Amino acid sequence: MAMAEKGKVEEKHPMEQLLRMDRMPHIWCPGCGIGISVTAFVSALKKLEFDLNKMCVVSGIGCTGRVAGYIKLDSFHTTHGRAIPFATGIKMANPDLKVVVFSGDGDLVSIGGNHFIHAARRNIDITVILVNNFIYAMTGGQVAPTTPETAYTTTSPFGNFETPANIPQLAEAAGAVYVARWTALHVRRLEKSIVEAINKPGFSLVEIVAPCSMYYSRINRLGAGIDMMRFYHENSIIKHDEPTENLAVGYQKQIIVGKFIDRERPGFIESNRRWSAEAKG
Amino acid sequence: MKANPGDVFTGSYYIDGDVAIAYGAIAAGCKFLAGYPITPSTEAAEAFTKRTPEVGAIFVQMEDELGSIAAVLGASWAGKKVMTITSGPGFSLIMENIGLGAAIETPFVVINVQRGGPSTGIPTGAGQADMMQSRWGSHGDYEVITLAPDSPQEAFEFTIKAFNLAERYRVPVMLMADECVGHMTEKVVVPPASEIEVENRKYYGGAKDAYFPFKRGAGLVPPMAKAGEGYGLYITGLTHDEEGHPILDRDLKEATLRASIDKIRLNADKIIELKEDRVDDAEVVVVSYGITSRVALKAIEMARKEGIKVGALRLVTVWPFPEKRIAELSKKIKGFVVPEINYGQIAFEVDRCSHGNTNVILVPHGGASVHNPEDIFGAIKQAVEAKKRYPQLVSYKTALEKQISG
Repeated sequence: MAMAEKGKVEEKHPMEQLLRMDRMPHIWCPGCGIGISVTAFVSALKKLEFDLNKMCVVSGIGCTGRVAGYIKLDSFHTTHGRAIPFATGIKMANPDLKVVVFSGDGDLVSIGGNHFIHAARRNIDITVILVNNFIYAMTGGQVAPTTPETAYTTTSPFGNFETPANIPQLAEAAGAVYVARWTALHVRRLEKSIVEAINKPGFSLVEIVAPCSMYYSRINRLGAGIDMMRFYHENSIIKHDEPTENLAVGYQKQIIVGKFIDRERPGFIESNRRWSAEAKG
Repeated sequence: MKANPGDVFTGSYYIDGDVAIAYGAIAAGCKFLAGYPITPSTEAAEAFTKRTPEVGAIFVQMEDELGSIAAVLGASWAGKKVMTITSGPGFSLIMENIGLGAAIETPFVVINVQRGGPSTGIPTGAGQADMMQSRWGSHGDYEVITLAPDSPQEAFEFTIKAFNLAERYRVPVMLMADECVGHMTEKVVVPPASEIEVENRKYYGGAKDAYFPFKRGAGLVPPMAKAGEGYGLYITGLTHDEEGHPILDRDLKEATLRASIDKIRLNADKIIELKEDRVDDAEVVVVSYGITSRVALKAIEMARKEGIKVGALRLVTVWPFPEKRIAELSKKIKGFVVPEINYGQIAFEVDRCSHGNTNVILVPHGGASVHNPEDIFGAIKQAVEAKKRYPQLVSYKTALEKQISG
């Protein structure tokens, strides 16, 4: 890198150590919440007392699936829905690694829903950062299992009539040991939750409700990304320890955010080690 | 190098092919198995799991085969020798990540103890109808290696071979056993570790910031790097350049995707292994693989007794297909006879590689059991007696077919 000229400030991205600057500009649309989520993640990484060479980021497919391609750590952009089992394989093969899954709602709770349930059940020590933008955005705005009732999408042109998934409730029921939700507006709290989740042994989940300015906002006439942020500002309410059954997200209704679950439970790696040692005698 | 003595259960056993597969995998250094129970392969996973504490391996029963194969890929990138074990319905599910495995050039082994299909088929009966799927089952262009054992002893040996090929070529390798081989109990000799050749992964050893995960030298196989060692790997199923970055460019795609395919195609002569018996003076050559090659032995013996010069060509490696050898033989013989437990898969390959030089007779079988040697014998006679060149591959009318169709 060229030395900065005297008296001139060198232009340098404050996060360039952890971002693949040669891959910029990124693919996300103006007003999208994924960039903010990545920023919160990278800020969180800087706060970890952990050798980041020992961290892997695994993504599936979709807009959020592209995160792996921009984080300057060992990163894997896998197949649709399979980020969690891929991450499970990495963690089991080398438990010294920290493994973070960074993907979207469609990827993780629709096509990858079964893996989500079972990774939480077996309490494999990985952190899942799930960006929930209520829609399949990469393919142009189709209805998702997270689309709020009555919301329009290109494949629910008369409004969505299905009941959307309550992701924190699903995670709790399946056995996750840490569950938090923030919106893309709550960057400081989000960053703190990501640090906590990564430091928490076992299956941890951080859901980020984020604007899809290009499809979800546009088809529902909700304005630009900034308008969605204003909506979050006016309509989200922090309620730590709120029972997860109350966390369903309605169309343009109040969004409850906070840390809902923080509990202890033996994990796969630990149990596997103990059982193996006992079997070996 | 030689196998690790702690991983080799040296001795003489009376075990089935499934158990032999587990012993072979462990001897090869496999330390990670992700699977989902499915008949008739389950005994292999059971035998592997029992041994995990003593060899320091992990077995995880995943929620489904989609998850099993994804975990296998992840564990491979974390530095382990890995495999999954399945049968037809599970084989269909793993196809998704066979494509990713080939695209990101990941070494792993898939065991398919084939059963009768399609769909749920006959779970407890033999089949050989997934052979084309092992080659073409995932979308897009890619190459893999497929092996077919015909006995528990070979199930042990070929599983080791499968791991060695996977590591040498950084490629998915399929061991296509069948229900008969999987459930047949025979003597299996596990030699001492000093007699077992095991190949380990070639890791990159240069400067970390100069590592390109898909940059290849003369042997066409790029060295690997493990996750967690500071390489900042970026591995994607998107078509990528040698650095691993996604590309949309036509010329680059031709250069990089092509290279991953050439890695197998240009090394095919080194990969392909055949077992030939009395082929040199043969008028008819029986081409077979897996359990069917053992049934064919009886038919060959019957034909030889009648003075017909029959040779046997057994495919140890089914993919890449021995195109050159089949073409060479096709110029010299009266016909190929291809018995297989399906309605024609490898027979079409034999026909393709014969270039119209000779007759090719398929001996079909719908599965659930093995061929009656009489049918293979009948096809051999038909091949030797044929007065004309058939315009295309013909299917031998088996006794069962005659009985049913009258």
